[in-house]
Amino acid sequence: MAELMQFDLVSPERSLASLKATAVQIPGADGDMTAMPMHAPTITTLRPGLLKVESPEGNSEYLVTGGFAELNAEGLSVLAEKAIPTTELTRAQLDELIEEARNAHKAAVDNDQHDLVTDAAKLLADMEALGTHIAL
Amino acid sequence: MPSLKDLKNRIQSVKNTRKITKAMQMVAAAKLRRAQEAAEEARPYAKRFNAVMAGLAGSVGGSDTAPKLISGTGSDQVQLLVVLTSERGLCGGFNSNISKLARQKANELIAAGKTVKVLTVGKKGRDALKREFGDMFVGHVDLSDVKRVGYSNAQDIAKDVLGRFDAGEFDVATLFYAEFVNVVTQIPTAQQIIPASYEDSEDEGLAAEYDYEPSEEAILADLLPRGVATQIFAALLENGASEQGARMSAMDNATRNAGDMIDKLTIQYNRSRQAVITSELIEIISGAEAL
Repeated sequence: MAELMQFDLVSPERSLASLKATAVQIPGADGDMTAMPMHAPTITTLRPGLLKVESPEGNSEYLVTGGFAELNAEGLSVLAEKAIPTTELTRAQLDELIEEARNAHKAAVDNDQHDLVTDAAKLLADMEALGTHIAL
Repeated sequence: MPSLKDLKNRIQSVKNTRKITKAMQMVAAAKLRRAQEAAEEARPYAKRFNAVMAGLAGSVGGSDTAPKLISGTGSDQVQLLVVLTSERGLCGGFNSNISKLARQKANELIAAGKTVKVLTVGKKGRDALKREFGDMFVGHVDLSDVKRVGYSNAQDIAKDVLGRFDAGEFDVATLFYAEFVNVVTQIPTAQQIIPASYEDSEDEGLAAEYDYEPSEEAILADLLPRGVATQIFAALLENGASEQGARMSAMDNATRNAGDMIDKLTIQYNRSRQAVITSELIEIISGAEAL
């Protein structure tokens, strides 16, 4: 019997999930990480990506962009600027996100800001990979 | 003395007005409930966010390398006032209370020799402040096409404000909005958003042994602009609830006043109708007596 931890996912507009989970995979800014019960207290920023929750009631996935995750022994709370359950995600919404990423990339190229260009290019690739992943 | 027909028309017109104000009151009541729900749904995020920020600001904020959004530019010469008001009127003192507070603050700052810049959100605030501070306006955000304010609206405003801050256009930014207490009470509030202060929530601050990924400084730099957006979003939601609350009580008053007026006019109408009948009777009787 795996241990459980409290998992909360909130966006500025509403609270999306609050449940007991066995493990949660977070798209951290420095790379994906999986949070499990009794994890060391950590705060990490998020990059846009998929958040995967494993819980006794079943697994779920959310698309998150921006924000941060706060981990401690009792649980995990993720504060995302935008969070959409992949089951509710539509092609149109994803297109919008890709379009946003593309504009950011273009703006960075135009202004000749090097780190931003790589960041934005990565974001764009992430977004497109996401689309294939969830088969839209 | 108005004629019977005039009175009748008058009563009918007040009745029509009452129908409209009654309908507006009910619409506002429904919208208020939604606005309050939205404000409540946003609360956990803001609370958590502030708790984390308080922890971060506490450990990094004091150092010399602290981001300008927390430590300020070292001056308070140029002040930006961000005035949040509604797009529509007929909501009692809601807009004028916010503008009054902003006007008062602006006059104080001008008297102290500071430079004042004004950014208005919502048409009503712009109209109210245009005459006095029109030449200090630096921008206006129009939300009249927005049915329901979302986080993206707050992000757009925040982007505008932060862009100006990065360009060195101002040193201190203050947000003006009405805090929702209940349907009859909305308190106009001024809140400083840049440089940010997260001290209020210190009692909920974090235990210090967190690992930070990437570094504390990087996280703080990433989160501070989001903090501005979060605060603006919270203010927009409070304002939304306040606006509907103010409109609801204003329209409730208007409906009641219309009712009183109808009663008064009806009494007047009945009296003059009786007077007409009496005078007709007198004419008939005195005509009969004369024969």
